Amino acid sequence: MTAFILRRSLQSILVLFIMSLIVFVGVNLIGDPVDMLINPESDQAEIERVIKELGLDRPVFEQYWYFLVNAFQGDLGKSFVFGEPALKLIVQRMPATFELALFSLSIAVVFGIPLGVYAGLKPDSRVSKTIMAGSILGFSMPTFWVGIILIMFFSVNLGWLPSTGRGDVATVFGITSSIFTLDGLSHIFLPAFNLALFKLSSVIRLARAGTREIILQDYIKFARAKGLSERRVINVHLLKNILIPIVTIIGLEFGSLIAFSTVTETVFAWPGMGKLIIEAIYNLDRPIIVAYLMIIVLIFVTLNLIVDITYSLLDPRVRIKGES
Amino acid sequence: MAPILDVRNLQTHFFTKSGVLKAVDGVSFQIGAGEIVGLVGESGSGKSITGFSILGLVDAPGRIVGGEILFKGNDLTKLPATDIQKMRGSRIAMIFQDPMMTLNPVLRIETQMTEAIQTHDSSVSKDEARRRSRDALGMVGISSPDERMRAYPHQFSGGMRQRVSIAIAMLNRPDLIIADEPTTALDVTIQGQVIHEMQQLCRKTKTALLWITHDLAVVAGISSRICVMYAGRIVEQGPNDVLIGSPMHPYTNGLLGSVPSQNLRGQPLQQIEGIVPSLLNLPPGCAFENRCGRALAQCKQSAPEETVMDDQRILRCFNKVEQS
Repeated sequence: MTAFILRRSLQSILVLFIMSLIVFVGVNLIGDPVDMLINPESDQAEIERVIKELGLDRPVFEQYWYFLVNAFQGDLGKSFVFGEPALKLIVQRMPATFELALFSLSIAVVFGIPLGVYAGLKPDSRVSKTIMAGSILGFSMPTFWVGIILIMFFSVNLGWLPSTGRGDVATVFGITSSIFTLDGLSHIFLPAFNLALFKLSSVIRLARAGTREIILQDYIKFARAKGLSERRVINVHLLKNILIPIVTIIGLEFGSLIAFSTVTETVFAWPGMGKLIIEAIYNLDRPIIVAYLMIIVLIFVTLNLIVDITYSLLDPRVRIKGES
Repeated sequence: MAPILDVRNLQTHFFTKSGVLKAVDGVSFQIGAGEIVGLVGESGSGKSITGFSILGLVDAPGRIVGGEILFKGNDLTKLPATDIQKMRGSRIAMIFQDPMMTLNPVLRIETQMTEAIQTHDSSVSKDEARRRSRDALGMVGISSPDERMRAYPHQFSGGMRQRVSIAIAMLNRPDLIIADEPTTALDVTIQGQVIHEMQQLCRKTKTALLWITHDLAVVAGISSRICVMYAGRIVEQGPNDVLIGSPMHPYTNGLLGSVPSQNLRGQPLQQIEGIVPSLLNLPPGCAFENRCGRALAQCKQSAPEETVMDDQRILRCFNKVEQS
């Protein structure tokens, strides 16, 4: 196991390095930040001064070298716009995005698995058909549109839930989050549901497909022949088997929840990382774009590792292969 | 002595889209306490469905539509589902055909054994259940059972897994074990061992055994009585030596003729021409008529009823084979 984790960590560093190269070249191709940053009325000397100050007069590979040297020291550069370290800005916004992503994921899992298992056990019932039709809708409706409709319906027409912002936050066990206050919860519900809809649909479909397949297995019939209650057959014998693909998807999707919460955060004015990156792209704030993408890559790499480890905990057959 | 299991005119039909499939159509037989009865038939003859019917484990769209299954005097077809569930695994156990598929791949052997005990008697402590499971593993000839308890199914060979299933079936000292082709998927050498062990165990614990198989040679060696099933009906049943020594039904005769033996060295093996008729569309007469060399005009019109012969044999045939 240790060798496995070590090997994966080395691979992760390589991935990070390659990613940094691609990102750095990429942002240098998409326009000159000087045009966006400098007052159009400033004179040539002023412009030269700013360019020099930001280090943009140096060749690209030299800029990249400085970036790498600094990155190794934990410095991903200063935001052109805010003048503060990019990493600090992103880390400040991180809790809001993480709580949104986690809350969405919980909705997807808590509702998705039971609904999917039910639809798998009773594929012909009317309720199951409704669940499956709903999951197709969840898959196919664009997130931004659903977000706007949710705001229209629940905030504007019914006036039940607030449409923007994060609401009150409270600190419990050192974690500051809006899910610990009632006001915060009312704020997080709509964006989280919006973000969860797609994942919920995939969890439902996975759980259903898994259930349909596993329920026909001999070991389920054997478990029944042992006289086990239907509850134990479903909750232990069936569930543990269908969890394997679901954990994979959930783990990988969690990364995409964080990475692509940009749309939902923009629609609901949620003060998270996604909103920050959108603004940074508008302003061509290179250090923030680079730092954000590096962090996202790091999250993906870490999640993959966690998924692999969880996988081996769930499926004993994987454990053996990892050890030998 | 009253039989432990008395199946009377059992009918299990499957209500499919293309019609009613009469998988079991009027099956009657008895098993005495501690007796080994062989139920022989080819694929699709309804022998496995007979076994599942006794346990109340017939999958939809199948249903028991008629007859009685008297187990120690109680009609299982009339018992509520929860009572049958309590009976399963404790009074009547089952062993399946493919040991590779009957154990849940993601649960430890220990879990799969102790749950079978604790589900029927919640007063048994975890330690006690573990001790009993370990002893059961030892009893079926698994070496170092303590270690093996912690293992997962994939760490066992096929023969070992079948021993584990047998141990699980024996855990609660059932009165009856239904063994559905328990040796078919095993190597011939392992087959012999498993058959021998089952026979010994049943003798020791006075457990009755219904041995379902397509291999007449296997049951001929161990059972006291044999039932031969064809297209959902028992065409001939009787004491082992009577049936093997002088088969009267042309089908039984054909089956016996197709078993290679020393006496027939050098001669071509007999075979039964044709295939089993579709159970969806059975002829009004005898189901074996189209393959039978002794068919009369009468066989096409009506199906022969069960007739009790002098030698305790029960036969369904108009034109029985006369042994010279």
